[in-house]
Amino acid sequence: MAMIDIQHISKWYGSFQALRDCSTKVEKGEVLVICGPSGCGKSTLIKTVNGLEPIQEGEILVNGISLTSPKTNLPQLRAHVGMVFQHFELFPHLSVRENLTLAQVKVLKRSKAEAGEKGLQYLERVGLLEQKDKFPGQLSGGQQQRVAIARALSMDPICMLFDEPTSALDPEMISEVLDVMVKLAQEGMTMMVVTHEMGFARKVAHRVIFMDQGRIIEDLPKEDFFGKPHTERAQQFLDKILVH
Amino acid sequence: MNYNWHWLIFWEASPDGQGTYLDTLLNGLQWTLVTALSAAIAAFVLGSIIGVMRTLPSRTLSRISMAYIELFRNVPLLVQMFLWYFVLPEFLPWGLGEDMKRLLPPWGSLVPAVLCLSFFTSARVAEQVRAGIDSLSKGQKLAGLALGLNLRQTYQYVLLPLVYRIILPTLTSELMNVIKNSSVALTIGLIELTAAAHAMQEFSFQVFEAFTAATLIYIIINIVVVIVMRFLEKRVAVPGFIGTKREAVITS
Repeated sequence: MAMIDIQHISKWYGSFQALRDCSTKVEKGEVLVICGPSGCGKSTLIKTVNGLEPIQEGEILVNGISLTSPKTNLPQLRAHVGMVFQHFELFPHLSVRENLTLAQVKVLKRSKAEAGEKGLQYLERVGLLEQKDKFPGQLSGGQQQRVAIARALSMDPICMLFDEPTSALDPEMISEVLDVMVKLAQEGMTMMVVTHEMGFARKVAHRVIFMDQGRIIEDLPKEDFFGKPHTERAQQFLDKILVH
Repeated sequence: MNYNWHWLIFWEASPDGQGTYLDTLLNGLQWTLVTALSAAIAAFVLGSIIGVMRTLPSRTLSRISMAYIELFRNVPLLVQMFLWYFVLPEFLPWGLGEDMKRLLPPWGSLVPAVLCLSFFTSARVAEQVRAGIDSLSKGQKLAGLALGLNLRQTYQYVLLPLVYRIILPTLTSELMNVIKNSSVALTIGLIELTAAAHAMQEFSFQVFEAFTAATLIYIIINIVVVIVMRFLEKRVAVPGFIGTKREAVITS
């Protein structure tokens, strides 16, 4: 059974169709990179996986649980699907430690002590233990994103979604975030990553999806994608972003 | 101008049987504060609920909230005061209207005055809460939901703590407004500060002294409000976020 199973989904914003009949699967332990030009629907696609963007057609199963079924407890499902956003979205009024523990206590019903211990353990893994009492506004972008990753990991997710995690960062901070993600991938975390970081894709992705105008037009193992994509559109895209 | 200034008038006996004219004014001040603070608390609670409703996914709740806001902020305060005092008791069921009319002073005026100011101010608070929520990036709500918080928890732990910090300065103005607006209650017979000053000049003909005193008292109350709210703003300020100067970013 695939960890994430996306079956023929379509989504409209009013009369604009953002996703057209998209299907793909992510197996347990697999790293899937999604790329494509802006406005192609890649961010929308990843947000459908934890139901932040509702879909009008098709079906999504996460760990065998249907997202579209009215019986599904969405908050419970989301608690086990980690998500990292382009703009970090740490809670600015809470300290780093409180950011890490809020959902553990309120959603997973862990005790404060247990949640604190877990949170700090992940904070140490992203190398920011000494920042635990700071507020997000006192951290650099790269540090904030690493805290955001630690926050998601503290929930013991079964898979992680990354929505352009390095797009809002200064160039010199990108690598500190990618390092954390590479380590995570190597440890076997199931990951779906929207990114333009082709270096990251080459290093840890198993498969690459290329999207254009709401369609998945390439879904290939990494070697094939970088070797010889099937479509001209993907080839053009690669030519443009790989020359520099 | 022929006017006999007589500043010692405040220490002379007032014919209303409350002691001196100063006692008359302080008694009025007391009802001003009771009216304004009760209305402010009710308006804060009610306004928060209505303001949140306005931002919920449910179209029905959002429309009810919009209608509420437009109703209470589009009708002049004085008209609303008359509606609560003269019209409402006629339409209340189970003899409640009769009970309301039979309330002894000051309750007969105080209850409608507090209701009126609460609803009027709550519409304004609601609009500020709504604007505050809209001003937050959509990502904050998504981040809360993505962590498994339900919608109520996302508002409770993520959105509202931010919103209240953002709108604290405008809530300060609103608190000052409700104190000043409480003077309108004199039209339905509540002897609050303005009415007390008015009564004082009726009895003593020292109109300038009476209204100078009332003016000073209003200014002092509102200065106290400003000081308290500034203190509150500092207390809830978050480093690197609203209410503080952004500190230099620390990079490792």
